[in-house]
Amino acid sequence: MELIFERSVAGRKGFCFGPSDVPVHAHISPNYARQQEAPLPEVSELDVVRHYTRLSQKNFSIDTHFYPLGSCTMKYNPKFTESLARLSGFTDLHPLLAQLSGGEQWTQGALQILYELEQWMCEMTGFSHFTMQPLAGAHGELTGIMLMAAYHKARGNSKKKYVIIPDSAHGTNPASAAVAGYETITIPSNKDGGMDLEALKAAVNEETAGLMMTVPSTYGVFEPNISEISTIIHAVDGIMYYDGANLNAVLGRCRPGDVGFDVMHINTHKTFTTPHGGGGPGSGPVGVNEKLSPFLPISRVVKHSDGMYALDYNYAKSIGYIASFYGNFGLLVRAYAYMLMLGKEGLIDTSDHAVLNANYIMKKLEPYYKICFDRICMHESVFSASKQAQRGVHAIDIAKFLIDQQIHPPTVYFPISVPEAIMIEPTETESKKTMDDFIAKMIEADELSINDPAAFKEFPKTMPIARPDEVKAARDVKTSFFLPTSDAA
Amino acid sequence: MNPYITNTPQEVGQMLKIIGVEDIDALFADIKPEHRPRSFDLPQGLSEYEVVRRLTALSLKNNVHVTPFIGGGYYDHYIPSVVSALTSRGEFYTAYTPYQPECAQGTLQALFEYQSSMCALTGMEVSNASLYDGGTALYEAMMMAIRITGRNKVIVDGGVSPIYRKILKTYTHHLSYEFQETPVVHGQSSRDEIQRLLDRDTAVVILQNPNFFGAIDDLTDIIQKAHGVGALAIVSVYPISLGLLKTPAEMGADIVTGEGQSLGLPLNFGGPYLGFMCARKKYIRKMPGRIVGQTVDSKGQRCFVNTLQAREQHIRREKATSNICTNVSLCALQAAIFMAVVGKNGLKEMAQLNLDKAEYAKQLLSKIKGVEVKRSAPSFNEFTVHLPKDASQVVAAMMKKGFAAGFPLGRYYPGMERYLLVAVTEKRTKEEIDRYAKNLQEVLS
Repeated sequence: MELIFERSVAGRKGFCFGPSDVPVHAHISPNYARQQEAPLPEVSELDVVRHYTRLSQKNFSIDTHFYPLGSCTMKYNPKFTESLARLSGFTDLHPLLAQLSGGEQWTQGALQILYELEQWMCEMTGFSHFTMQPLAGAHGELTGIMLMAAYHKARGNSKKKYVIIPDSAHGTNPASAAVAGYETITIPSNKDGGMDLEALKAAVNEETAGLMMTVPSTYGVFEPNISEISTIIHAVDGIMYYDGANLNAVLGRCRPGDVGFDVMHINTHKTFTTPHGGGGPGSGPVGVNEKLSPFLPISRVVKHSDGMYALDYNYAKSIGYIASFYGNFGLLVRAYAYMLMLGKEGLIDTSDHAVLNANYIMKKLEPYYKICFDRICMHESVFSASKQAQRGVHAIDIAKFLIDQQIHPPTVYFPISVPEAIMIEPTETESKKTMDDFIAKMIEADELSINDPAAFKEFPKTMPIARPDEVKAARDVKTSFFLPTSDAA
Repeated sequence: MNPYITNTPQEVGQMLKIIGVEDIDALFADIKPEHRPRSFDLPQGLSEYEVVRRLTALSLKNNVHVTPFIGGGYYDHYIPSVVSALTSRGEFYTAYTPYQPECAQGTLQALFEYQSSMCALTGMEVSNASLYDGGTALYEAMMMAIRITGRNKVIVDGGVSPIYRKILKTYTHHLSYEFQETPVVHGQSSRDEIQRLLDRDTAVVILQNPNFFGAIDDLTDIIQKAHGVGALAIVSVYPISLGLLKTPAEMGADIVTGEGQSLGLPLNFGGPYLGFMCARKKYIRKMPGRIVGQTVDSKGQRCFVNTLQAREQHIRREKATSNICTNVSLCALQAAIFMAVVGKNGLKEMAQLNLDKAEYAKQLLSKIKGVEVKRSAPSFNEFTVHLPKDASQVVAAMMKKGFAAGFPLGRYYPGMERYLLVAVTEKRTKEEIDRYAKNLQEVLS
């Protein structure tokens, strides 16, 4: 399909600003002026509408397709939260208004939402405070690790050097720890998908700053030895970090704050179904217990005795500003609306049905695909296409087969410690009928891998494009319409 | 109550039978009794209608009816309706990161077009597919410059947004970087001070245009001096100003970042926003964040993929260029559509309207007794005025008259309590500017 720049016709306009109503026409002196106009497209509004509508139709999305992408929680995004987030009382609110003298009185609605979200999240997770500021899950991780560093620094402990991370962790965990200045130590998993406690004990010492853990893990397994792990880490004054990527599996069943964790982040797009947006914007609130709360980023939202909400910047031990403002407010509004509607029982239901659906798919596919851990799973299950791979059909081939069946593939090749991994997360919003159709297609793929493995190399056949040459993309860097083609970087 | 769970009790029963358990509780058997919640005391759920009523009431407690003359890097620009009409398509906003390019060409091509438009705007060769916001993008750029040069001294101009500078400090205070801030003199960057600090240990000089006070500058000479000692230069820019202003590429910048909120994103009380980052092509492999590249499929057709992923955390883990695993795709899409519909001529027209209206406001304000408009440096759509009394008190008084009169600089610059930062966008009418000036005069008299 042509690019918007290729539709461009010199002189065509998509928008008219109208004449100026002020009696001034100012000039920028040539020293400060750009030499040539920015070569943006010159297209009509209708061109823009047709172009982007047609582009949208080249996407699979939750609204159009089953999307069982493991570890990503592609559940239905309710429409009412969209319309609420677009109320002008939210969208037109300037963030600096709240920082003016007396400005809190003009932003009471927004501050109340931030304040109440904090209350809800604390009760849901067993923590004492939350900050809504982190702008994505990975940003929450980095914030959490900086809180860990601030804690050790405040205690005058300069020995802390390492963060311990299990091999099943998302790649963001080691990357976040490294950005915050820590080295990382990887701990292998045992045969049940839990943490190898002996390896952990061997790795922990006075230089251990903390441990980052995803519970349930990315293997879809709930770690049974949390208490032992927490005791081992706390014995050396380490900090227990809960990666809340999979909190959506345990709402009402387990609270990280109750089982030894000191800090966590929540991915609102997973647990509270804020839209994924084609890859962001995200939102990653961070919760802490009393041990870490003095270090939380500023500002914090407080409620005064007269019922007024306000921003408070007065925390001497705070790590400071981690983002420009108060978080991705537009997404937080959606999360808040979703929580209000679901309430206690509805939230517990989300986890219950997410886990039920995942186990149903696991049970049905078990005869055809190798399961990694022979036990009940949580909200997602991990298979290996190792049997199919012996026939020459790899996880990626099965993924491409599914695309032709109008199903978004599960996550493949993650967790990286599982060869030929296929990670399936149906979510609570999918029906048995949708899952049965998916299961039938997965079984069909297995049969085809026996009968005609060569057929897979052709998939997908029905999409706007066939398989792309990714090596060429990385070698002949062409990341802008204006860069010459085939010019190696 | 959860209307989004679709399975009926009957279907749930069938599924449990197949799994081979009695009830849903049995699926949570791995969670031991001692790991169960000590409390889960949340309110009962509400109907959709009740939630709508409650949120609508909360939205009305925010005053969005004051006429805004407040900016500080975040501006009340008009957003053509077509932008949200298109980004509201579920095919865009309910998709995930384009991991499977065959069924994500919509998002991938849109991001490629976004990157192209950002290159058009800034004049730079390459752009990533976006970062969280302007402040965190500047931090990522600083780290990128440190990685490229292998040096650890950073010079930050005092005209860089104080919010951004606070963010830079938060992220680096526990790391061993030397952080030097240079003062602003007569509204512009201090050449002398930057020159004095530049040495062979300097990784980067961080600049902003227009600066936080609204002043515009040609930073070419500073950038040349930075290059002279082997340091890089980052310029943080305001995208709409680039309809008229010299591009950071023309000034010789190595990395360009900024806040993309002005490109079709609502103010939204601080987010979601759009951090953008552009650079010279030779640095692309050191860039953080997602990057979309053009390639061909097995039939030779043009297509788009996430590329240069060997930089990223899901492959490199602790050795990644950044811990960021998401961009702000939907915000980048908003900006791409905004830049397409406003287009080449529209952007220039929009920038000119901002310039003219701000100039008109300056003329009116300078006639008010006691008000001194700082004219030592030219400005774009935001400028600094000196008031005869505390600016935050003036702003509070103006609020009662229906105006968000500006941002008092004393909030971030001790000693500047009488200075006010005033922004005037294309949306402000002559009548609004006239009333603003009249009311300010009354408040000051």
